[in-house]
Formats: sequence, structure tokens, C-alpha cells
Amino acid sequence: MSRRNWRLEWPLHLMLVPGILIVLLFSYGPMFGIVIAFENFIPVKGIFHSQWVGLEHFKYIYHLSETREVLRNTVFIAFLKIIGGLIAPLVTALLLNEIVKKIFKRTIQTIIYMPHFISWVIMAGILLDVLSPTSGIVNQFIAWLGFEKVFFLGNDKWFPYVLVVTDVLKEFGFGTVVYLAAITAVNPSLYEAAVLDGANRWKQTLNVTIPAIIPITILLTTLALGNVLNAGFDQVFNLYNPSVYSTGDILDTYVYRIGLASAQYGVATAVGLFKSVISLVLISLSYFLAYRFANYRIF
Amino acid sequence: MVQHYSWSRKLFVVFNYTFLAVLSLISILPLINVFSVSLSSAAAVEAGKVTLWPVDFSWKAYEFVAKKHEFLVSMGISVERVLLGVSLNMLLTVLTAYPLSKEAANLKFRTGYAWFFVFTMLFSGGLIPSYMVVRNLHLLDSIWALVLPGALPIFNVILMLNFFRGLPKELSESAFIDGAGHWQTLWRIIIPLSMPSIATVTLFAIVSHWNEWFNGLIYMNDPIHYPLASYLQTIVVRMDMSSISDPAMLLLLSKLNDRSVRAAQIFLGMVPVLCVYPFLQRYFMSGMTLGSVKE
Repeated sequence: MSRRNWRLEWPLHLMLVPGILIVLLFSYGPMFGIVIAFENFIPVKGIFHSQWVGLEHFKYIYHLSETREVLRNTVFIAFLKIIGGLIAPLVTALLLNEIVKKIFKRTIQTIIYMPHFISWVIMAGILLDVLSPTSGIVNQFIAWLGFEKVFFLGNDKWFPYVLVVTDVLKEFGFGTVVYLAAITAVNPSLYEAAVLDGANRWKQTLNVTIPAIIPITILLTTLALGNVLNAGFDQVFNLYNPSVYSTGDILDTYVYRIGLASAQYGVATAVGLFKSVISLVLISLSYFLAYRFANYRIF
Repeated sequence: MVQHYSWSRKLFVVFNYTFLAVLSLISILPLINVFSVSLSSAAAVEAGKVTLWPVDFSWKAYEFVAKKHEFLVSMGISVERVLLGVSLNMLLTVLTAYPLSKEAANLKFRTGYAWFFVFTMLFSGGLIPSYMVVRNLHLLDSIWALVLPGALPIFNVILMLNFFRGLPKELSESAFIDGAGHWQTLWRIIIPLSMPSIATVTLFAIVSHWNEWFNGLIYMNDPIHYPLASYLQTIVVRMDMSSISDPAMLLLLSKLNDRSVRAAQIFLGMVPVLCVYPFLQRYFMSGMTLGSVKE
């Protein structure tokens, strides 16, 4: 590189310094802390003086039946969420696209998109109230219909499905907006041509709209598959309780419980590392596929 | 143009309007229910009479919350956190996105820098090591623990850099010909032209700082340092009432329905998000499509 270039360029490098420092400290710093997973870590002794135990924690986790249960729950919940999160916004966007009245369309969009911005703490507060078996409005309604009340958040058969349904209800508005954007980007002349060929609204949807949004659908699904070990810490942590651990405990909440709550730092870090590594592989794979087949690039 | 619909089309249209109306009601009703509970008298709430509007209207729950010391303190911390955290976020986001928006020919190591940042989106050290870093830096119980670890949201950097890239190159080139350097170009040309996307990212940053509760929970040993989101987590979700020790407050609470009090706090915790939401929604389309679609 010539000196002239460097004289022009150095402010750019300087601008990157603060960001690099923050990321180095708070993102790469913890990556070195991963050695805790191979140690009998005791905070007072620190990382360098704690006893090295090698793969001991991983062996322990492998033989623990709890781990398999947690892994199964994580994949099951995440998978159902991916499916629900695919179908609900897609159908809603297609239905909204058929609405002619602008105000109605806009109002619906505004309402269903809002919960996306409300935190899971607030949402959990609301859900604990409305799903309560004694005073909740949902159970009042169920009782009014003549059915037996359900303890949604205290019954381990119901709990995973409650997670999936509430997550889909919170997030489907967001997905709908993304799909609607793709639908409005469709070239109007395609519809005109379809009309000339005698296609009614249903045929137009089937032969123009749906093929037009298949690429974005595949892209979003591929990217979502990389998150199959992320079953939603914020949601589960705020909604679960010991009576639903058997079906509701996921990797992230498990790490929190054994790590910060019962101070088994080494074991918790090992579980976390296991999750991070698998996630890295899955996310890289999904990005690679998205890049290969949809020419998607993140930067 | 007069359109003639077949009967099946008419049936579909009726079904469609009804279905979408019901769907949006399902997403909004729980909120309305909780809001009504917060504004109803203790007797009405206890009798299960409150559904979609306040019964026997009463401000008492809000009066109680307004006197609650811990609630007000944590709200103050949240405001401080949003002001500090969002300014830091925006400063670092712009400073990082601008160089990365340059071509590799104009910035040496560009690809290396980009991967350095993006890798942190793909892999993380995990909960315990992150906690240890914050602890070793002696940031526990300080506001900096809430704003520094997330000071550079990479997702926002990507949104910004794609927006910067979409600006006509001629503008910054002509600035260079006129003798401006990178700092001046960024400050005088790029930033003024990027106000819509800066507004979008700022709103995202505000909402995420206001909503973030987990950092507060693990990095603050003393609950008095909790931001509102973490405080609400203990009060509303874990229903921990032990923090109320003042006998006068306990007496006041005994006359109220604790469901109403919780509901009032939930609603107050949501207010700032509800306030910025209309703006967020307006900017969203321009902001969001930036990062997703490329030629």
C-alpha cells in the first residue's frame, strides 16, 4: 500500500478502534473464559489456578439423563416454533393481501405487529394473569363454554404447546410484515397478464403471489433452522416453574440453573460450550445454504 | 370500475374480514384485560367480574405504585440506562458502520474487520464466561455493566452499513475533491443523509435497552440497582413481595388486590414502548428492508 493511500485511510481504521475494543473485551474475552469448561473452576482461585479436569464435565453431562431430556425439549420446542413461525405469518400475509380496505389492513397490521416489541417479562406478567387457573380470563372463558379449567403453566403436558402458541402469537405479526413487503414488491404487470388469461383472485394468488414469495420463505426458514438450539430463553425463564421442568427446561435455562443458581460453573460452561459449538455449525451451514441458493449475504 | 364477485368470493371476503378481526383481537385482548384489571376496584377483581373494561373504576393501584420507592428508583435507573446506552450504541454503530461500508480497495483488511465483528453473532462464550468478564472488570452493581457489554449491537451495524452503501458514491467523492477528510464527510454528508435509518436504529436501541432485563438480574447483586425490567421480573413474574418492608405500604397493599397492583406495574412498564411504537412502525419498512434485500 502506498503512503498516499495510508494518509487517506488511517481515519477509517481509527474509527474502528472503539468498536474493536468493546467486542474484544466483551465478546472475545468470554471466549477465552471457555477454559472454565475444562476446569474445576473456583472463582477465588481464578481461571489460571483452578484445577484442570479435562473432559470430566463433558463425560458427566453425557451420562446425566437430565441433559438428554433438556436437549430433547429444546429441539422439540424450537422446531415447533419454527414451523408455527413459518405458517402463521405466511397465511396472515396472504389473507391481508386480499383486503381491499386500506384502513382495515393498516389497523390489523399495527395491532398484530405490536407484541413483537413487548418484552417477555411484560408478556409473562400478562400471561400469568390471563392463564391463571383460578382468576384468568382464558379459564373463565373455558369454564363458560362448559369445559374443565386447565392449569396451562403448571401442567407439563400443556406447557410446551403453551410456549409455542404464545411465541407464535407474539411474533407472527413481525413475520407478516416481512412477507407483505415481499408481496407488494411483486410486479403488477404479472397480475395484469394473469387477468388477461382469465385468472380469478384465487388463481392469481396461487400462480403469481405464492411463487413470488417462495424465495424469501425458503430464505427465512433456512436461517431459522440455524437456531434450532435456541428455544427462547427469555420466554421459558419467565414462564416456567419446577412442575414443568420435565418438558419445559431448555439448554439455556438449564445452564442458568446449574451455573448461576447452584454455582457449578464448570458444568454449566461445558453445557453452554456444547450448545455454542453445535449452534455455530448449524448457523454457518444455514448461512452457507442461504448464500449458495438465495445469494443471501449478511454484509 | 364495477366488480362482480361470485358468491364464493363474497363468502371468502366475509370470512377473511372476520378471521383477521378475530386474530387481531386475540393478540390485543390479553393486554386490554390486564389494563382493565389495573383500573378496577379490589372487590370487582376478586369477584372475577373484570373482563374487557374496568369495573368499579379505581386509580388506587396506580396510587400505590406511585408511592413505591423501589419502583420509582428502578424506573430512574432504566431512564439513565436508556440515555447512556442508546447514545453509546449510536456513536459506536455509526463509527463502525462507516468504515465497513467502504469497498475493500479503499479500506485495507476490510474483510478481516467484517469477519471479526460478524463472528460474534455466530459464536459466543456463553453465560458463565461473560459473567466472569464483567465480574473481573469490577463492573458488577454499576450502570456500566448494563451498557458496556452490549455497546456495539452488530445487527444494527449491518443495517447501517447497508444503508450507507446505498447512498450515491458521487456525494462523498465530491466532498473529497473539495478537500474534506473522512471525519468531515461522515459528519457533514453521510449522517445528515442517513437520518431515516439512524432514527430506525435509535428506536430499536431504545426499545431493546428498555426491555432488557437479564443483564440487570445477573450483574446487579443488590436489587436496589435493578433497572425497571429486572425489577418487574422479580415482582410480576416471580411475585416476590419481600422487597416491601415499610409497614405503611404493607397496610396500603392489604386494601388492594395484588393482581391489580401487578397489572398496573405491567402496564407502566409497557408505556414507553407503546409511545415509540407508532414511530417505529413508520420507519420500520425502510429500516428493515435495508439489511435483507440485495441486488
